[in-house]
Amino acid sequence: MSQHRLDARYLLCPLPVIRTQQMVDELAHGDIVEVICTDPGALNDIPAWCRVHGHELLSAGSSGEDIVVTVKVVGTTR
Amino acid sequence: MEVYRKAVALVSGGLDSMLAAKIVQNQGVHVEGLNFFTGFCVEGHTHAIRTSTDRPNRNNALWVAEQLGIKLHIIDVIDEYKKVVINPKHGYGAHLNPCLDCKSFMVGKAREWMEHHEFDFIITGEVLGQRPKSQRRETFPVVARESGAYDRLLRPLSAKLQAPSLPEREGWIDRDALFGFNGRSRKPQIALAQRFGLNDYSQPAGGCCFLTDASYSGKLRDLWEYRGTKQYDFDDIMLLKVGRHLRPRPNMKLIIARDAGESQFLRGYRRRFTHLFSVSHSGPLVLLDGVDCDDNTRLAARLTARFGQGRDAASVRLDVVYSDGEQRQLNVRPLPAEQVLKDWYL
Repeated sequence: MSQHRLDARYLLCPLPVIRTQQMVDELAHGDIVEVICTDPGALNDIPAWCRVHGHELLSAGSSGEDIVVTVKVVGTTR
Repeated sequence: MEVYRKAVALVSGGLDSMLAAKIVQNQGVHVEGLNFFTGFCVEGHTHAIRTSTDRPNRNNALWVAEQLGIKLHIIDVIDEYKKVVINPKHGYGAHLNPCLDCKSFMVGKAREWMEHHEFDFIITGEVLGQRPKSQRRETFPVVARESGAYDRLLRPLSAKLQAPSLPEREGWIDRDALFGFNGRSRKPQIALAQRFGLNDYSQPAGGCCFLTDASYSGKLRDLWEYRGTKQYDFDDIMLLKVGRHLRPRPNMKLIIARDAGESQFLRGYRRRFTHLFSVSHSGPLVLLDGVDCDDNTRLAARLTARFGQGRDAASVRLDVVYSDGEQRQLNVRPLPAEQVLKDWYL
């Protein structure tokens, strides 16, 4: 299991979702990705993407001006 | 051994593609969705920039995927899509919308995905006669041919008006359970949605693409004209979605935030453009795209003051931060409303 950080600040949805998807595609089951965003839409979109693909949402919230969404990879994207 | 067929559906987030996927899913076919992000998508985008919005803050393609219980793969095609916008083989629609080329491109990308992932066929929500440019009897075969999908392209909503596709001929799909919708009426789709128990769906009045929008297309034409080249990068097309765009002079354009959300978004471009903001009164962040000579900077400052809370003040103090990082302060008189010419607005 490894921890990763994805800087998706100043990207508008769906780009934070796309970047998350691209990173998760390269990761293994159990890996964790912390996505840093500024678009509040990510608070809805990344959790929705997790539900659709069966990944586990560990947390989603604001930290100052940033939005931080943490995802645990379950299986693979496909 | 029974073989489970797999179909990949183009999912825009609207009703038609949702129904098309649902129809095929109901026949026991494994369906996954694809959603292509071109950079011009209206979906889930500028809604996020503006401070206040009455629209649900969600990505409708993901929402559709959740309702259907299918995976959705959102694919970045920004760079590849440029050739479609810049030089469409079949030309533009009413504005800069290259709808027929766009549909062929997207079905072509779906075909590549289908082949790579060993899926069997492609589903779209196209309805015959619904779109004047791309969804006509003459253009359906063009999309099938130019995408390379040929008869692996199934349009469940209008399938009965077409020759049977491969999935129908092979018995993967029961043609009797498909539809023969024709024309611009939305009633058959709405009735079918009710039959499926689908009550919450998006029906964007202006379509799902900014290129069908007259104002947006006008701003893109302006960009090409004043750049002297028909090219764009991603930031260009994003910025065309945000703020008021004014071109007071051929060599300067201003992008003026309309609310706090847009100001926040434009802050992300502070290093690329000279930008201005009032320090004596509240007001918008303004980007200056073009030549930042003294004369242009002063006019930009007076316009920045015009669109802020100090518009009626005798003098407004502003910070001007040049793209190279140099900073200066200016005191200006806001430009009177009557001197802001209508034809400056893009």
